[in-house]
Amino acid sequence: MPPLLEKHLQKDLLRFLTCGSVDDGKSTLIGRLLYDAGLVPDDQLATIKSDQLKRSLAEPDLSLLLDGLQAEREQGITIDVAYRYFSTKQRKFIVADTPGHEQYTANMVTGASHCQLALLLVDARKGVLSQTRRHFVVVRLLGLQHVAVVVNKLDLIDYHQETYLQMEKQIQSLGQQLGLKELYCFPISAVTGANVVHRSAHTEWYEGPTLLNWLEEVEIQTSIEGEPFRFPVQFVSRPHQDFRGYMGTVTAGHIAVGEEVLVLPSQANNRVQQIIGVHGEQPSAERGEAVTIVLEKETDLSRGEVLVLKKEEPMIVTDQFEANLVWFGDQPLRPGKRYELRLGTVAVPATIKRLLHRLEIQTMQELPSPQLERNDMGRCELALEKATPCDRYEDLPATGSFILVDRVTDNTIAAGMITATASRQVVRHQSRVDKSVRSQLKGQTPRVLWFTGLSGSGKSTLANALEQRLAELGYHTYLLDGDNVRHGLNRDLGFQEEDRAENIRRVGEISKLMLEAGLIVLVSFISPFRSERQQVRELLDIGEFIEVFVNTPIEVCEERDPKGLYKLARDGKLPNFTGISSPYEPPDHPELVLNTHQNSQEKNLKYLLNALRLS
Amino acid sequence: MMSEHLKQLEAESIYIFREAVAQFERPVLLYSIGKDSSVLLQLALKAFAPGKLPFPLLHVDTTWKFKDMIQFRDQTVKRLGLELLVHTNQEGLDQGIGPFSHGSRVHTDVMKTQALRQALDKGQYDGIFGGARRDEEGSRAKERVFSFRNTHHQWDPKGQRPELWQLYNGRLQLAESMRVFPLSNWTELDVWLYILQEQIPVVPLYFAKERPVVQRQGTWLMVDDERMPLEPGEMAENRIIRFRTLGCYPLTGGIESTAQSVEELLEEMLQSRSSERQGRLIDQDQVGSMEKKKQEGYF
Repeated sequence: MPPLLEKHLQKDLLRFLTCGSVDDGKSTLIGRLLYDAGLVPDDQLATIKSDQLKRSLAEPDLSLLLDGLQAEREQGITIDVAYRYFSTKQRKFIVADTPGHEQYTANMVTGASHCQLALLLVDARKGVLSQTRRHFVVVRLLGLQHVAVVVNKLDLIDYHQETYLQMEKQIQSLGQQLGLKELYCFPISAVTGANVVHRSAHTEWYEGPTLLNWLEEVEIQTSIEGEPFRFPVQFVSRPHQDFRGYMGTVTAGHIAVGEEVLVLPSQANNRVQQIIGVHGEQPSAERGEAVTIVLEKETDLSRGEVLVLKKEEPMIVTDQFEANLVWFGDQPLRPGKRYELRLGTVAVPATIKRLLHRLEIQTMQELPSPQLERNDMGRCELALEKATPCDRYEDLPATGSFILVDRVTDNTIAAGMITATASRQVVRHQSRVDKSVRSQLKGQTPRVLWFTGLSGSGKSTLANALEQRLAELGYHTYLLDGDNVRHGLNRDLGFQEEDRAENIRRVGEISKLMLEAGLIVLVSFISPFRSERQQVRELLDIGEFIEVFVNTPIEVCEERDPKGLYKLARDGKLPNFTGISSPYEPPDHPELVLNTHQNSQEKNLKYLLNALRLS
Repeated sequence: MMSEHLKQLEAESIYIFREAVAQFERPVLLYSIGKDSSVLLQLALKAFAPGKLPFPLLHVDTTWKFKDMIQFRDQTVKRLGLELLVHTNQEGLDQGIGPFSHGSRVHTDVMKTQALRQALDKGQYDGIFGGARRDEEGSRAKERVFSFRNTHHQWDPKGQRPELWQLYNGRLQLAESMRVFPLSNWTELDVWLYILQEQIPVVPLYFAKERPVVQRQGTWLMVDDERMPLEPGEMAENRIIRFRTLGCYPLTGGIESTAQSVEELLEEMLQSRSSERQGRLIDQDQVGSMEKKKQEGYF
């Protein structure tokens, strides 16, 4: 093989990110790195030169090499992580150029989670800004191996040594406050190129390496001495009857054929019979390798289970832990709401039990707070609905990190890093008789049919008729409506806004309990607000909540006026009456829309049985 | 010798393949016959060995691909015993849409973008593997590995899901889909180094050979069949050229080169100073054209 190729094959790989506040010159810095290292292709050079002419700039705008999206070129800002690839004689680099605006923190965290090293940019004229602090905190939380602060735009302070040294001191003390072990500082100018790839006559007082020099030399750890073996099962391969292999990537440690393993969470014993790697069978595997493991004893593992070594310190299996969160959701974090938690190859419903504190970026104080807003960071306690093997993020990042997913919008709304697991094995008492057992006994699929609509729309009449029909067909049901709930469970509640919300919340919780008892629950409440119905929907698993919108026009309801309420409301004797003095918000995407003034009851019942898959 | 950084990239890609197959119900691999597809296929085979590929290959055929490509495709499928689906936009074909008569923009929209959407709708695929790399072009540099598409196959560059660590969120509602890019972090150089290391077969058009060409817009176009209209007085001439990327022959420019093997090609590339998509006429129509196409559902 030609020596030139040989050299290329021997390079190692460093992933780093650039971050910092808006306009600190991140994209220009990377552009400068590529430009001075002679790595910009001719046609791209031509593109930026033609732009330089068009905009009559003194120097070519090197940031254009990075800002890929048209919206960004137009607005001159970076809104998403741009990945760049380059290689020098020493090393290959993957650069994540991350956006500076606070509103794009999620993108910055995304970039950082794939990197080993961070370059934080600071404008020499402005020093550490609040957004720089935020990025400092993220980099610290994510535990990147190396952090360097690049003091940029030195040309704009005339390469003044004293100003730089003072800034470096301020930065070092911030680093200490955050508990960073080591922090590097570079005085540079991306626009003129000083100390990026080449040294500069303007900064003779600086004796350290150039930025590129340092990036090429800095030592990168790919595994930790003595770390325990972890193998989350990703996919089960059963190409034919005589072969069952567990596919996955070794996220930590080392494994060899013949070693004894434990399967978590079940704790079953087994032994490694065979390891198949990218070039066929191999005697062992280590961190980072994608392999297929065959076990000696026949078992039936599934995705999400984890293999560990029996001889090593046991891995924690728990259904609750503490974690640092970075919140991305448009809606603030709400303790008590159910999310999907994804950790390794596991996906499990989880609830945030308690918010312990929010981190105030300006003062670095941990403050008590009722909620986390978008881009906030804080620590909380989570409860998982299933005991799950996990580690502390600091010890083993791959099995100590997780995301939270909103179960309705499917968006990733938080990044989490486990800080503490219960020291002993906590397994919440799982009653062996559960929802599926109960519903099997009854021979039915439990559901909540939620009838919503105006007073007089015919909800209760329909719900009653349906319950009658289901009983005839041999199904087990329960009907909740104003009559049986308002007079008992909720008799302490009135008709003000909070009380009406609490009323619906309780009805939602009761429905959930009855659903878990295996019943088909029929709920008939006006429930005028979308958000409240949504809340109930989120309490339940996907498909269990069937929203039935009884869409009868208000004129028809008012004409029927079975209880004389519309008349009272019109006379001003009933405040907060839905449809008259209080709004009704129709559902956006109900599972079923019925009308009672045109359709016959029989037809509506048919639709309902259909929705329950009983016809 | 196994290169350390290729080993890392390989493992990462295999992980992505397995993750997608575990999370999606109807995966499919978009096979476009080029070098990236060859590497993509090799990685997929490794990811699921000793089993077979748990998804079919899909080729969107515009009917304007190089003849050598189609031949290579059919040989590959036969050699490896794969399931291949081929889709062509019949409507576009009936209307006689082509790059010469309608220009590259219309041709690409109808015969590639629309055709792809038709094929995906027909198969109701939810996880769609593609060989795109982030180093190819500006807007691709910003795309996620699991790239969400709405029910109209559209990409929303501003609303991408955060993608943290190796935790890929593949949750979808009905008729939404995910494009999955296992080669996201590979560069053109990595692809060729891997082809060399693994001895992966590629279409012979990548290697220099005497071919009949005409010069258009500063690049060499190959006269691959009789549909190529020649200007009055224009004659195809024979030149030694090769291609850095492959696609529809009227839209793919060749470069003058003498590299006849992967090694020679790599040496040439390490000395070259122009980026890969330059020979591709499709991206240069207008600034940001790839981003626009992607938003409309192009790969």
